[in-house]
Amino acid sequence: MPSDEQMVRVASGQGFWGDDLEAPVRQVEGGPVDYLMLDYLAEVTMSIMQKQRARDPQAGYARDFVDLMERIFVRCIEGGIRVVTNAGGVNPEGCAAALVDAGRRAGVAGRAKVGLVTGDDLVDRLEELIDAGHELANMETGEPLSSVVDQVQSANAYIGAAPIVEALRAGADVIVTGRSTDTALTYGPLMHELGWSEDDHDLVAAGVVAGHINECGAQCTGGNCLIDWWTIPDMAAVGFPIIEMSPDGSFVVTKHPGSGGRVTRASVTEQIVYEMGDPTTYITPDVVADFTTIELEDLGDDRVRVHGVKGGPRTDFLKVSIAYSAGWKATGTLTYGWPDAAAKARAADRILRERLDRLGLAFDEIRTELVGWDSTHGPLVGEPPPNLPEVQLRVGVRSADRDGVERFTREIAPLVLTGPPSVTGFAGGRPRVQEIMAYWPALIRREAVESELRVEVRDV
Amino acid sequence: MKKISLVHLAHARSGDKGDTANVGVIAYDPLNYGLLKERLTPEAVKAHFGSMVAGEVERFELPNLGALNFLLHGALGGGGTMSLMNDAQGKVFSTALLRMEIEVPDDVAAAAEGRGRVPEGWTPGASG
Repeated sequence: MPSDEQMVRVASGQGFWGDDLEAPVRQVEGGPVDYLMLDYLAEVTMSIMQKQRARDPQAGYARDFVDLMERIFVRCIEGGIRVVTNAGGVNPEGCAAALVDAGRRAGVAGRAKVGLVTGDDLVDRLEELIDAGHELANMETGEPLSSVVDQVQSANAYIGAAPIVEALRAGADVIVTGRSTDTALTYGPLMHELGWSEDDHDLVAAGVVAGHINECGAQCTGGNCLIDWWTIPDMAAVGFPIIEMSPDGSFVVTKHPGSGGRVTRASVTEQIVYEMGDPTTYITPDVVADFTTIELEDLGDDRVRVHGVKGGPRTDFLKVSIAYSAGWKATGTLTYGWPDAAAKARAADRILRERLDRLGLAFDEIRTELVGWDSTHGPLVGEPPPNLPEVQLRVGVRSADRDGVERFTREIAPLVLTGPPSVTGFAGGRPRVQEIMAYWPALIRREAVESELRVEVRDV
Repeated sequence: MKKISLVHLAHARSGDKGDTANVGVIAYDPLNYGLLKERLTPEAVKAHFGSMVAGEVERFELPNLGALNFLLHGALGGGGTMSLMNDAQGKVFSTALLRMEIEVPDDVAAAAEGRGRVPEGWTPGASG
């Protein structure tokens, strides 16, 4: 075990926008930590934030974060806990301004600094970038971005640790970024504290593995854990992960003593394989990590040691996450009861589809699922038995034509009086029409983004 | 040899990247990793999922973790907000794969019996 003065502790407090609001409070109050990382962003989050900002220029970031900091600001400043987050979303400026106000309300005026990282947002630069020869081709289809550029809602480059390290060096206590790579929220502070450079491939790769384990909050400490889940204690007060990193790149995954959940080799392994592609090339802006070199050692008492991680040099590119408007969708549900619940649901589905046909409505896709029977395991479950006690019919449609989708939402409730019997579950009203934000992953030469990155430190 | 469900031999976690679901399968007993590698070929996994996976199945090996990682391409109805699926982010593809039945030696089957399932009579509050 590393000695206390060498070890750096990075606690994870949020795994997504909507995670347990009390978790970061437990992290800063439950025992010693040096850094608190808060990950708020996922592939679709940026486009949701972009829509919010279109309605209100002050919005477009994770407001939860500002409310949280008002609660824990004093504790963080007095306890020397520095906070790193990508809560800025598509409006890191607005987030930082709100954070400064929150700091004043919390009573840390004159003794706290807020770091702001901007430049990841490419949405206003797309024409210029395309003109300069950046194709931003879809990584999956190879299509150039010019084919959908008019529909683009958000475009953000995944940025690395450099601006986080710069802000920490400049004395920032709380750092707000836009689309920082999730893992950089953990390995950025480690590079700063332990003096690692981008050429220390194995060390930074170890930091990336630590970041990957940290980035989904309790998913490595017992949450969503399949192995013996029914034996995991006190999930109501689940402990979020804490990385104890040593200067040599070996680290321990643990949680605060007395907190709920469980950290074992198995719980950590489940998180390591989460959202994994080719494990030999886990690409980040600062290093390419090889997850097949990870060695795990279960130390007992909710402590798992990780060592042996190898990495290689970074690539010349950054990944860009682009969201573009791609039509409309809606999903309607009704619940059918015994006997022959599934037969009734399927008959209703058929009637609904015939009515949509008669209305002359065409959709790009209609999908029918029976929740309680096949909505997660599909055809693998076979035919539903006649004695199924109940089932929820779930029908979704997708189209470029908003009016058609809107009309679909008015065709669900009528089935209650005009379709098969023993039906309920319509009290929620008409389904909502949702705009589809399709995902367009692309690559860009890193210098096109890095030349525009800005780091600013403001006094509270 | 005996045919048993994978749920007794391995645990798993799944997630999404666009229209691709990934499933990481982890052997309960590291000694069974070789057996899983032999049985869970990309072809066998593709055949198991049938119409649920429109594209190819890719497999990656992590012997260090006793795990196999599968990429199921074209499994999520377009993925993200495009998808009309209840499980648009592939969160439950993990146990869909664990439904797969594979042939194992009798002693492996005997040791695996009951593993991976809630014990009979268990209720929330009974532990923890």
